[in-house]
Amino acid sequence: MPTRSRVALAALLFAAACTGSGSLDAAGEVNVFAAASLADAFAEIEKAFEAQAPGVDVRLNIAGSSALREQILAGAPADVFASANRSVMDDVVAAGAANQPQDFVRNSLVIGVPEGNPAGVTSLDDFANAELLLGTCAVGVPCGDAAQRLFDRASITAQLDTTEPDVRALVTKLAAGELDAGIVYQTNTNASAEVDLAYSPDAAEATVTYPIAPLNDASNREAAIAFVNFVFSEDAQRILKRSGFVPLDGAG
Amino acid sequence: MSETRRVRRRPPTVLLVLAAVAVLLFVLPLVGLLSRTPWSRLGELLTSDLVLDALWLSFISSLAAAFISTILGVPLAWVLSRVEFPGRSIVRAIVTLPMVLPPVVGGAALLFALGRRGLVGESLDAVGIVLPFSLAGVILANVFVALPFLIITVEGALRSTDVRFEQAAASLGASRLTVFRRVTLPMIRPSLIAGVVLAWARALGEFGATVTFAGNLQGRTQTLPLAVFLSLESDRDAAVAISLLLVAISLIVLVALRDRWWRS
Amino acid sequence: MTFGPLDARLIVHRDNGFVLDITLDIEPGTTVALLGPNGAGKSTTVDALGGLLPISDGRIALDGAVLDDPSQDVFAPPEAREIGIVFQDYLLFEHLSVRDNVSFGPVAAGNSNANAIAETWMQTLDIAAFANRSPTDLSGGQAQRVALARALASEPKLLLLDEPLAALDVETRTGLRRTLASHLGHFEGPRLLITHDPTDAFLLADEIAILEDGKVTQRGTPDELRRAPATSYAAALAGLNLLSGTTRGGVLELDDFAQSLSAADTQLDGAVLITIRPNAIALHAQQPHGSPRNTWSTTIRSVEPLGDITRVVLDLPLPLSVDVTPGAVSALSLAPGADVWASVKATEINLSPTGS
Repeated sequence: MPTRSRVALAALLFAAACTGSGSLDAAGEVNVFAAASLADAFAEIEKAFEAQAPGVDVRLNIAGSSALREQILAGAPADVFASANRSVMDDVVAAGAANQPQDFVRNSLVIGVPEGNPAGVTSLDDFANAELLLGTCAVGVPCGDAAQRLFDRASITAQLDTTEPDVRALVTKLAAGELDAGIVYQTNTNASAEVDLAYSPDAAEATVTYPIAPLNDASNREAAIAFVNFVFSEDAQRILKRSGFVPLDGAG
Repeated sequence: MSETRRVRRRPPTVLLVLAAVAVLLFVLPLVGLLSRTPWSRLGELLTSDLVLDALWLSFISSLAAAFISTILGVPLAWVLSRVEFPGRSIVRAIVTLPMVLPPVVGGAALLFALGRRGLVGESLDAVGIVLPFSLAGVILANVFVALPFLIITVEGALRSTDVRFEQAAASLGASRLTVFRRVTLPMIRPSLIAGVVLAWARALGEFGATVTFAGNLQGRTQTLPLAVFLSLESDRDAAVAISLLLVAISLIVLVALRDRWWRS
Repeated sequence: MTFGPLDARLIVHRDNGFVLDITLDIEPGTTVALLGPNGAGKSTTVDALGGLLPISDGRIALDGAVLDDPSQDVFAPPEAREIGIVFQDYLLFEHLSVRDNVSFGPVAAGNSNANAIAETWMQTLDIAAFANRSPTDLSGGQAQRVALARALASEPKLLLLDEPLAALDVETRTGLRRTLASHLGHFEGPRLLITHDPTDAFLLADEIAILEDGKVTQRGTPDELRRAPATSYAAALAGLNLLSGTTRGGVLELDDFAQSLSAADTQLDGAVLITIRPNAIALHAQQPHGSPRNTWSTTIRSVEPLGDITRVVLDLPLPLSVDVTPGAVSALSLAPGADVWASVKATEINLSPTGS
C-alpha cells in the first residue's frame, strides 16, 4: 500500500482498537458532513465506498464548512466531518466534538474567469482594477480567508464587488459571466466547463488543506471510521485527484 | 355598581390548544434567539461598522422596495380586478410565482434576465447600467419578492369592494382615473396599508434573491439578513445580535401599524 | 340652464335570452315612472341608460346629444352621460363627508365653484346642518336627500331615480315619498322613476309606463291607467285605491264618502290624497277584532278574476278594490251581492298632502 498515508494507517489501527474488527464489516447509516468544494468528489467516493461495504449507507450533507461546523456544534446527527480548512476543524476539536483530525487532501486557490476570459485577467494585480467586476468568498469562509491572505501577501487592495457566502455561489456568478474574475478552487475550474483557470498563484497562501475526522458523538462510529479510512485509500485519492485536488504526498 | 355584567363564555378547548401550539411555534424560536443573545456585548456588536452599514442598506432598500411595489403593484392589481383581457388568469398566476419560487431561484432568474449577460441586461450593460452588485440590484431583488404580497392583498380588496360605488362616481361625471383616486383607493385603504407593510416586511427579510442577484459586499449590497448569514460563519454572537435587531425592527413597526391603521 | 327631452329606444339582448325593447320619451319637467315587477327589465333599463350596458339596437339621445347608437357606432361612457342617478341604497361615499359627497360631481368636472354649488344644493334639500357628518351617521331620509343633492349638484340633464324608496321601512317610506315629491320639482329636466311599487308610481309620476317582460305594455297618466288598464298586471296595479279627504290628528274624513278612517300618520293636518293598496284590505265573514273605525260591513259589487288574484269591488260606504286569492273567494263565498266585513290597518293607509 504505497499510497496510503501514515495517518490513515494510524486511523485504521485506532479503529481496530476501538471496534476490534475489520472496518469493512461496518454496517448501517453513516452521516458524512463535507465541505461544499468536496461535493462532486465525495459523491463518487460514496459510491465506491458503498460498493466495498454493501452494508453501509452513506448520507452526504454538503454545505460551507462553517455552516457545517454550526450544525455539528448544535447537535446535528453527524458521524464524519470533512472540512475545507484546518481552523474550522480546530473549532470542532476545541468544542470536544472530534479528536485527531487527519489531513487527507489539498486544494489550490486560483483565479477563475468566465469561459474565454472576456476581461483578459492574467494576474492577481487585476484585482486592484476597480473597472472589473470581481468577487471572492466572504471573510470567515475558508476560501474567503485564503483569498484575503493571498491579497495581503501580494500587498493588493482588492476592489471587490461581492464577497459570496460560499464558493459555489461565486462559481455560479463566474459561470454566468456576471463577474470578470474570482478567487476559487482549482477543483472548481476543473469541474465547470463555463469557468476557466486564468492564473494559478504559486504561493503557500494559495494552498488549503482539508482535514477529516470521525466525530465523537457518532452514532455509527464503526462505519464512520471505516469511511474515513476509505478516504485515504488509493481509490478515493484517485477520485480526488481527478477532481483537481492535490494528494498530500504529492505522488499518485 | 350598575356596571354591565360580563358573561364570559369559554371557547372550545380544541381551538384553544391548537391556537396555543401556533403561538408556541412563533415564540419558541424567538426565545431561542433571546437565550443565545450576548447581552453584555450587544451594544458593541450592534454599533459595529458591519451592522450599521447593513442597517442603513436594509432601511433604504426595504423602503424603496415597498414604495416601488406600491407604485407598480396597485395599478396591476387594479387591472387584474377591473379589466377583462385574454390571459388574465395566466398573468395572475405569474404574479404569484415569486411567492412559491425559492428566492435563490428568483435571484438566478433575475441574473439570466437582467445580469450583464442576461436577456435585457446585455443591452443595459451596453449603455453602462449594471444592476448586479449594486444597491439598485438589491432593491430590484427585493421588489421581485415583495411585489406579489402587495398585489395579492390589494387585488383581493379590490375584488371584494362593491363596484357600484365606482359606477355611482362615474355617473357623477368622474373619469376612471378620478374614480380610482377618489373612490377606489380610499375604499381599500386598510388593505392597501396592509399590503404595503407586508411588502416592506418581506423586503426587509429578503436574503436568497438578493445574494444571488446582487451579491454581498459590506456597505454596498450587504443588508441585515446577509450580514446575519455571513456572521454565522465567523462570529455567532454578532449573527444573533443582528437577528435580534431585525426582529425588534419588524415587531415595532408591525405592532404600531396594527394598532393604528389595521382596523377596518 | 335649459333642458331637452330624453329620446330613447332601448333594445338590449341579454345573454340569458332576455330581450328589452322599449321606447322612453320624457319631456323636461315631467316625471315618468317605469313601473314593473322584478325581472321585467328595470335594471337592464337603468344599466343601458347609465352606460354600464351598451344597447344592442336603438338609440339614446338626451337633449339632442346621442349617448348610444350602435348603428352610428356611438357610445358615451357613463362619466360623459350627464345622467344624475339616485341609487336604491344611495351608494354614498362613506370615506367622504356629506359636503364632499355633494361636491363630488362638480369637483370631478373641475368646476371652480364646486363648493358653492354643493352649498346651494345642501340648502335646497335641507341637509346643510350635517354637511360635515359622515354618511354612516345619517338616517334613511337624510341619506336619500344627500343622494339626491349629490346627483343634482353634478348638473345632470336627466334625473334617474332607481327604486329610491325601496331601502326604507314602510313607516318612513310614506313620509319620505312626500318630501321626495316636493324635491323632484327642483330639477327641471326630464325625470325617470324606476319602481316596482305602484304607490310610488301613482303618487310621484306624471305618467306611468308599465314594464312587463321587457316591453312597455301601457303608458299613460295615473288616471288613464286606472280607468282602462290594458293588461291584467296593469289592472292589478290600477286597483290602487285613491281617495281624497282631510286629516286631523290621524283621523281621516273623506270628501266623497261618509266612512271615516284612522291613519298611522298623526302629524299631518289638512287636505290629503289617500292611497290604499288593494291587497292591504282584508275581507271577513264575521266582524273582526280591531279598531272599529277601520272596520266596516258592506256588500260586494263585483268579483273579477285577474290571473292568480281575484279583484273584488266593494259597495258603499266605501267603494274600494280588494285583491284576494281565489282560495279566499270560495272560502268566504264571495259573490256579487254577498255581505262581508272589510278591514284595513292604519299603517296601510298612505297620506300625501294635496295642493300647497
